[in-house]
Amino acid sequence: MHGYANPARFLKFARPATGWFLWIGLLLLVPGILGGLFVTPPDYLQGETVRILYIHVPAAWLGMAGWAGIAAASLAQIVWRHPLSAVAGRAVAPAGAAFAAICLATGSIWGRPTWGTWWEWDGRLTSMLILFFLYLGYIALASAERERGGDGRMAALFGLVGAINLPIIHYSVLWWRTLHQGQSISITGGSSIAPELLWPLPLTLVGFSLLFGAVVLMRMRADLGVAKVEARLRRTLAE
Amino acid sequence: MNPWPFVIAAYAIALGGTASLLLWAWRSMRAAEAQADSLKRRT
Repeated sequence: MHGYANPARFLKFARPATGWFLWIGLLLLVPGILGGLFVTPPDYLQGETVRILYIHVPAAWLGMAGWAGIAAASLAQIVWRHPLSAVAGRAVAPAGAAFAAICLATGSIWGRPTWGTWWEWDGRLTSMLILFFLYLGYIALASAERERGGDGRMAALFGLVGAINLPIIHYSVLWWRTLHQGQSISITGGSSIAPELLWPLPLTLVGFSLLFGAVVLMRMRADLGVAKVEARLRRTLAE
Repeated sequence: MNPWPFVIAAYAIALGGTASLLLWAWRSMRAAEAQADSLKRRT
């Protein structure tokens, strides 16, 4: 990680990686979406609405993974003062917020025909909504600190404290059993979803994740470009 | 209740949102890098 502390070295990796992430992500996403919409059979209980699974689950995963990324960047900033960590945190936040919003919107749309309601103050839904508000708070705090020329430590502290919400989201379906279903897929315990319904999910999961990665790299490159312009203008004014 | 309008709306939000996010990130990156390059050439 410290090898990429130098922005020039990071850009040498980020420039080609952005295109790779984008094109491989799209290449995986297209068959995943088409398979989820037109090839898989309807669920015996939920019927056609089960197709929302292939976009809702990746959005939920990326909403949570985004904050885990912010927490890791915050830790790197506070402990090691990694020069790119604040840039990484600022780049991850809008992408994470967008996917948390997509998760909430698609979940609400899924809930109407399945549960008969658009919204319920259920543990999983409420903790996910809190995550979305945490993203908004982080974005506001990080941009205010950047505008004032701060080192981003306040945003980093907020990023670390906000990570408390991640286990709450994960275990909410076990702690408060209300409307949202329990965990259907686990890394260690396999899946309770039939294989003929499950196969497009890894494609959309990895596809959306790679697009998320491409957005983060593009935002980091934009941030570094702006920093370069500001530094050059400061130098010109000083001469 | 016909489920397809719900499925289509969910996909439109997810795909439209992702496409908008990608476009915004790409445009901001291109603008920042172009400005940095032009300033580098001028100085």
